[in-house]
Amino acid sequence: MATQEQEIRGIGHSVRRKEDDRFIRGQGNYIDDIVLPRMLHMAILRSPYAHAKINSVDTSRAAAVPGVIAVVTGDLMAQHNLAWMPTLSGDTQAVLATDKVRFQGQEVAAVVAEDAYTAVDALELIDVDYDPLPPVVTPQQALESGAPVIRDEKEGQTDNHIYHWENGDKDATDKAFAEADRVVSLDTHYPRSHPSPLETCGCVADVNMGTGQVTIYMTSQAPHAIRTVFALVTGLPEENIRIFSPDIGGGFGNKVPVYPGYVVATAASLLLGRPVKWIEDRTENLISTGFARDFHMHGEMALKDDGTMLGLRVSLLADEGAFHADAQPSKFKVGLFHIVTGSYDFPAAHVSADGAYTNKAPGGVAYRCSFRVTEASYMIERLVQNAAYELGMDPSDLRLKNFIEKDQFPYTSASGFVYDSGDYQGAMNLALEKIGYADLRKEQEAARAEGKLYGIGLASFTEVVGAGPHKDYDILGLKMNDGAELRIHPTGKAILKISSQTQGQGHETTFAQIVASELGIQPEDVKVQHGDTDNTPYGLGTYASRSTPTVGAATAMVCRRIREKATKLAAHLLEVSEDDVEFSAPNFTVKGAPDKAVTIGDVAFAAYTNFPDGMEPGLEGSYYYDPPNLTFPFGTYAVSVEVDADTGEWKVRRMVAVDDCGVRINPMIVAGQIQGGLTEGFGTAAMEQITFDEVGNCIGSNFVDYLLPTAWETPKFELFETVTPSPHHPIGAKGVGESATVGSPAAFVNAVIDALWPLGVRNIDMPLTSAKVWEAIQAARAAG
Amino acid sequence: MLPSAFEYHRPSTLEEALALLAEHGEDAKVLAGGQSLIPLMKLRFAAPEHLVDVNRIEGLDGIEERDGSLRIGALVRHNHLAASDVIAKYPTIAAAAPQIADPIVRNLGTIGGSLSHADPAGDLGSVMLALGASVILRKAGGEREVPIGEFLLDTFQTSIQPDEMLTEIRVPTPSAGSGGTYLKMERKVGDFATVGAAIFVQMANGTIGSAGIGLTSVGLKNLKATTAEAALAGATPGDDAFAEAGRLAAEAAEPVTDVRGSEAYKRHVVDVYVRRGLARAVEMARG
Amino acid sequence: MEVTITVNGAAQTVDVEPRELLVHVIREELGLTGTHIGCDTTSCGACTVLLDGTPVKSCTVFGVQADGRSITTVEGLGAGGLSPMQEAFKQEHGLQCGFCTPGMMLVGTALLEQNPDPTDDEVRWAISGNICRCTGYINIVAAIRAAAAAQSQPPAAASA
Repeated sequence: MATQEQEIRGIGHSVRRKEDDRFIRGQGNYIDDIVLPRMLHMAILRSPYAHAKINSVDTSRAAAVPGVIAVVTGDLMAQHNLAWMPTLSGDTQAVLATDKVRFQGQEVAAVVAEDAYTAVDALELIDVDYDPLPPVVTPQQALESGAPVIRDEKEGQTDNHIYHWENGDKDATDKAFAEADRVVSLDTHYPRSHPSPLETCGCVADVNMGTGQVTIYMTSQAPHAIRTVFALVTGLPEENIRIFSPDIGGGFGNKVPVYPGYVVATAASLLLGRPVKWIEDRTENLISTGFARDFHMHGEMALKDDGTMLGLRVSLLADEGAFHADAQPSKFKVGLFHIVTGSYDFPAAHVSADGAYTNKAPGGVAYRCSFRVTEASYMIERLVQNAAYELGMDPSDLRLKNFIEKDQFPYTSASGFVYDSGDYQGAMNLALEKIGYADLRKEQEAARAEGKLYGIGLASFTEVVGAGPHKDYDILGLKMNDGAELRIHPTGKAILKISSQTQGQGHETTFAQIVASELGIQPEDVKVQHGDTDNTPYGLGTYASRSTPTVGAATAMVCRRIREKATKLAAHLLEVSEDDVEFSAPNFTVKGAPDKAVTIGDVAFAAYTNFPDGMEPGLEGSYYYDPPNLTFPFGTYAVSVEVDADTGEWKVRRMVAVDDCGVRINPMIVAGQIQGGLTEGFGTAAMEQITFDEVGNCIGSNFVDYLLPTAWETPKFELFETVTPSPHHPIGAKGVGESATVGSPAAFVNAVIDALWPLGVRNIDMPLTSAKVWEAIQAARAAG
Repeated sequence: MLPSAFEYHRPSTLEEALALLAEHGEDAKVLAGGQSLIPLMKLRFAAPEHLVDVNRIEGLDGIEERDGSLRIGALVRHNHLAASDVIAKYPTIAAAAPQIADPIVRNLGTIGGSLSHADPAGDLGSVMLALGASVILRKAGGEREVPIGEFLLDTFQTSIQPDEMLTEIRVPTPSAGSGGTYLKMERKVGDFATVGAAIFVQMANGTIGSAGIGLTSVGLKNLKATTAEAALAGATPGDDAFAEAGRLAAEAAEPVTDVRGSEAYKRHVVDVYVRRGLARAVEMARG
Repeated sequence: MEVTITVNGAAQTVDVEPRELLVHVIREELGLTGTHIGCDTTSCGACTVLLDGTPVKSCTVFGVQADGRSITTVEGLGAGGLSPMQEAFKQEHGLQCGFCTPGMMLVGTALLEQNPDPTDDEVRWAISGNICRCTGYINIVAAIRAAAAAQSQPPAAASA
């Protein structure tokens, strides 16, 4: 037996995706593709009012429609103690309204029928008698004394205030501000947006009365956590609940929470003994499922005249909607917003946050974001730019002066994070070089002389992902740890079962590549299974860029665990002592005798056919990973724009993105993640927004009003990288899915503000519609 | 979002279609491209009892110049119009056609359907106002030609009678020395216009002989900026004349504040677009 | 109402309600679930199919309108194997979640029929009626152009 010379297409290889073959043939298996025998279809009646008392719900006309099997109301759900359910933030949320409706689009009743068209027809025949109540449409309004109390059903809730939360050292921060030469402040609203995956949410609930088995096919980013929540909510035995997440048509945070439709469909299946399918339409998705952002923020930075940053103070008011349903680690009320000190070495920082109920949809999900890091990154990067101009410095110089230095890592921030690794100067310098920053500034000067508005914007973000260590990170008590289970078959092929669920990130390929690097089995020979709670290890799911930091680590660790046994088997086959065997994928070689070797394939076969006496047969293992720390991806984005002063229209001329996400497992997939993230960041900066009118009607209830960028508007991004491995992650990877959405909005806005600064424009809240840009120019000119 | 039930009719001749419309009157709707009607039916804002699918009727999709006018069949799809060689002489149409909705919608959406829908955010209504077009309305046993300004009455309202069908659009063929364009502000491809301005100028002896200006999304219907047009007639082309026309068009506009922008903003964009459009049209007219 | 539609080359007769949208006829009556539904307002293009060779959004067409006509869905791309467009989407990483992909590939296929060698901007314009939330479009554009390049090669060179 001799060494096999073959290139293992593991970490660092742009392996083409294994999952693509079914998608390009139209053979994906998305939720709406699932059809079960005797399946019924459910449609939901929603409130037309933002706030109204329900006097009565009369279902008799709807129930009489031929083909209608059942009409479910809040009262019926209440009889089964299911009219309310817990949220991921420890609040409660109405499943079907009983007392009153609290946002436009809230679930009021459901029709279950033989087909979807009949179900929708019958919705029109449900008669609900409402008494409209005064709506509360802003969090400021919500906190005014005398404001209507939205959650009057909650014992002890006498106003609309939900929480007050603080982080950091207030006294030290106050002292820093007292000693500052200068304080720069910024008020901004990070608008309400929606993740809007192209596939809406839905489920097929299948309760088998005979076996007691409850199978729920569901568009879920977190099937295991959902199973536990379902067990707790319904009282059904957890071992009889199987959550199956099929192929998911994008998630971006939208598919983390439990939505009322899932609960009603499951209850209906339980009551009727038939499978029930519920698929949202786009309007339902936009008006009722998890929104994102909606932070009203005030930031202040204390500086010395030479630009040294002394302290940071941020206060914010969160518009949480009618039910506090943020999907986030339970210990933190505004997620990881306290990463707001960003890439800078602040001696002191303090964050204070309040949340308010309003008559809007619940959510607060992290839209391609690790728990509010997007809002934080936006605040600091906008504030830094304004501070630079106030000081008369170039924004790149102010950043370079205050970056956490490369040799300061691991770095403990003023808000308590321990940053694992970084080279902020390196990323920024590369971005400046690639966009030709110095030349652009000259060009800008020349353009200004001609009356043209050119702008250059930078954002040097630091993300915080991979939640997280068990000490601080749990959701409703469930620790945020994840598992991997690897079975190597006698032929040397393997199956890897992971706890996280792909929604397009390419887990079936990248996790196979980790196995390839760790054990020498080619990625095409490793089948990756996920999404089925009966057949995968427990874990909290895919969101917040956590799959690679947690499941990627678990995968590497289970490989290493198996490698220990494989080494024993190799020693047995090579007839040497275990200490004399060394591994270099795919070969186990005798030290000093490279011609004496066996491959992982040989070892796998031996594990079932020729193992030493006393050894347990088989070659498999599992590993649950509890991260020692979070990971901190970073980068610098540079954008140049031109603005039409006459109309306020702006156009991206160039966009350079330098990302450092540590070790890149599959560079092709990493680039794809960044390109997608930049596009969602651009969408946020330019057009995505859900607004409400003064009576709480949702504006942005379909893709005619909620705008998503097409290929025509989307800039042509230029991607570059630096690589600073995470020192604590087994393969040095940090996670990358969301960096670009987190970091890029500030870069686009900074570029536009940079163009308009000489006119006196200091801020425009996103989205930067041409109308808002023009109004800002007019206002600045009027102010003189 | 699923539509209510309806009875489906698929006439193969115009006569058959007109007979169906005569029979069912207000209960019937004509289904052409369906790109506005079907979404409205899915939202259940529209629930016609009878749908008369005219897509199989032959002879309604021609584009030809005849007897001093361009005749566009009502079933001509937007992309077909955009790709037609004949419209080179009608640069206002040529500029507008590729900006309607999005490329896939343009494969089905029809010019007749678009005009009959009478959406004030529709692009073609403004174009036809600027060009002084008329529409042919047919009914069993007769037809009438209606100037576009008398056809478009209000938001989603035209002067068509329930037993009539729009079969053709007629655009006067311009003389040499004309130019035009369509400027549309949209937030993204597929968006309705924030503001649109359709511009046409006919030069006469170095001055502007006549001008046509139609405005999109700044009123309850597509607006014809008649005061601006009157000011341009006989004027010497140049910044002053364009600025005055822009000012008058902005004054004539009746925009409302919404998510696309404030009333003041939209009025301002009308001003800018009319000025810019006129400059481009005159440049084109001068060849 | 009974309608006969040529679906990916084979005539199929199905009984449909007039109000049934073409996308539902394709997905539910014909069982071809590669055509997806992403919105209801003819905005996103996930439901795009070719109707007599032309891309249309099948959520904004009634099934009865396709009577006597032919449609091509993603399942009809590639005879047995993968079409150059499908192959290019895989090679260029032109898809992530895969939900918009059938529509994008069909629009790309129709584009190359009209314009065998489109520029970046021509591709971007052609696909601007289709939304992708994952890729940022760069690789979709690259895939369609790669398919164009593959198709323009003579068969011998392509197989070499």
